[in-house]
Amino acid sequence: MTAHQSSAPKTLYDKIWDAHLVDQQPDGTCLIYIDRHLVHEVTSPQAFEGLRMTGRTVRAPGRTIAVPDHNVPTTEGRDKHIDNEESRIQVDALDRNARDFGIHYYPVSDIRQGIVHIVGPEQGWTLPGMTVVCGDSHTATHGAFGALAHGIGTSEVEHVLATQTLIQKKSKNMRVEITGKLRPGVTAKDITLAVIGKIGTAGGTGHVIEYCGEAIRDLSMEGRMTVCNMAIEGGARAGLIAPDEKTFDYVMGRPHAPKGAAWEAALAWWKTLHSDEGAQWDKVITIRAEDIEPVVTWGTSPEDVLPITGAVPAPESFSGGKVGAAQRSLDYMGLKPGTKLTDIPIHAVFIGSCTNGRIEDLRAAAAVLKGRKLAPGVRGMVVPGSGLVRAQAEEEGLAQIFVDAGFEWRLAGCSMCLAMNPDQLAPGERCAATSNRNFEGRQGRGGRTHLMSPAMAAAAGVTGRLADVRELMAPA
Amino acid sequence: MDKFTTLTGIAAPLPLVNIDTDMIIPKQYLKTIQRTGLGKGLFDEMRYDDQGNEIADFVLNQPAYRNAEILVAGDNFGCGSSREHAPWALLDFGIRCVISTSFADIFYNNCFKNGVLPVVLPQEAVDHLMEDARKGANARISVDLEAQTVSASDGTVFGFEIDPFKKHCLLNGLDDIGLTLEKVSAIDVFEAQAKTQYPWV
Ligand code: SF4
Repeated sequence: MTAHQSSAPKTLYDKIWDAHLVDQQPDGTCLIYIDRHLVHEVTSPQAFEGLRMTGRTVRAPGRTIAVPDHNVPTTEGRDKHIDNEESRIQVDALDRNARDFGIHYYPVSDIRQGIVHIVGPEQGWTLPGMTVVCGDSHTATHGAFGALAHGIGTSEVEHVLATQTLIQKKSKNMRVEITGKLRPGVTAKDITLAVIGKIGTAGGTGHVIEYCGEAIRDLSMEGRMTVCNMAIEGGARAGLIAPDEKTFDYVMGRPHAPKGAAWEAALAWWKTLHSDEGAQWDKVITIRAEDIEPVVTWGTSPEDVLPITGAVPAPESFSGGKVGAAQRSLDYMGLKPGTKLTDIPIHAVFIGSCTNGRIEDLRAAAAVLKGRKLAPGVRGMVVPGSGLVRAQAEEEGLAQIFVDAGFEWRLAGCSMCLAMNPDQLAPGERCAATSNRNFEGRQGRGGRTHLMSPAMAAAAGVTGRLADVRELMAPA
Repeated sequence: MDKFTTLTGIAAPLPLVNIDTDMIIPKQYLKTIQRTGLGKGLFDEMRYDDQGNEIADFVLNQPAYRNAEILVAGDNFGCGSSREHAPWALLDFGIRCVISTSFADIFYNNCFKNGVLPVVLPQEAVDHLMEDARKGANARISVDLEAQTVSASDGTVFGFEIDPFKKHCLLNGLDDIGLTLEKVSAIDVFEAQAKTQYPWV
């Protein structure tokens, strides 16, 4: 707050950090105040149990929001009964903990239920300038609003529940600038994958990334969330985008957004939330938007990114430990060096997740699928990010397009992004996925994941192989 | 949380880069509501075949390494999800120290909350210790947190850096929440001030 303000130029990250500093020790260990704490069923039971065992309570239940998403089934009837006993126990535990500790809760029976990172912004819990944490690494998503948002472990979940603070040291500042305009067929997902391809999965370690530049400004809020979502895949704990009119328009009128005089006061502060001219950066990366093509991943690390026009690389083309890792990836993925990416057949398409489960993503996929069908033998699954996204997609007629194309139209949740619920790939099955991780076994033991944008996933679905969406687009 | 002071034990070599948390403990083990019992799922997909039988080649299935207490691994260990089940699984298996050239942030932090020491060393040092670890029970590696050193079986000593506060908590087995609650009046003051400055939050 005021006591910590100095006149030196600051980054957006510096500003939010300073506004939340409760205490600072001489060695740089800080206590940071947390404005919003999002909780889901998988990483929280041990934290609530810890509170009970020590007789502690939730310090600020009004700042704490819970929603089950990771392991809930995405089929009808789940509000009555969940077959898998362990999943049921976790969801029941969240129900009980939310009730016992008096925190905001969106059960599966509530149309507002969905993936925690989609629900937060949708309900207006996520606002510019806030600190937001969740026991989930993709909390970085909320950085799209100019909120400092990052994932924490379960011990830290317990720490935030008990104290509404986190013990932290400040990260370094990294700026990723995307200059110019994207070419047709290239989307936010291609930007974020291209950045990871360039910096590597450890490129942002120890940093908070601020994304900026014309191509980022041009993105919708949905697109910006897609970009920030995968900051963690680049090793950064958080990604940030300075709020602007698009941000304010998105936030205005949301259930938990400020109203009236409070809105005006908030807006005045939000407008100061940008990196100052002359601010110091520890690392700067610049990419020209025109150089980004529609991309897919070929391996088992999100840094294994190539333009769809490329071919499977040879392990020897890498250096150091990556040679062995690439060989292992190719073995796992069942791919041979030199194979054209567009010659790789797929078995499944998954459209959803906190990366690409928002309405704009469903629109982009439906635009490609309209009047087309899944290739024979390809299974398709669409899992909207929240009950509200699902309802809107039904209203806009998108659901019908998916169903007509042969997709399953599911209820909201994480689903096949991490395959904790019954939505899984079989061993050896290859999937075009809009999610964020292509790790071994991520979508089911032995399953093979290629990450891409929703439009690219749809294109893969109709051609039955990895495909260049530009070839399916109507000429402009 | 258990203290971590010194440790001398067998180190298992795992020379892969980008070992992610899904590899350390896959999702089917995340359905537990407890912190313990996860050791059986550690590195599940590398450790067991589809029928659940042990894969003999995997390092932790080899007799020499079943009691390993240290892991020497490739770059960027622990990338991926925030699941604290990863350090819980390592700890439950008996591993108290992981040595690598770099760690993902969240995993690194999670280790300290559970009495597991992640040690960052330069590539040459990790290569040296990796070779040492390959000798199995014939080579014991020693870690001394107070002195901030790792000693290979041939007597080579490598110094490592660590945050003083994290070191202090680990050496004394301190509970973060207890420490923070000692500052509760500062939190009260902050909250009261924030209420006037950012009333909409
Ligand atoms: S959709 Fe996937 S990445 Fe996102 S919160 Fe769920 S499991 Fe994590």
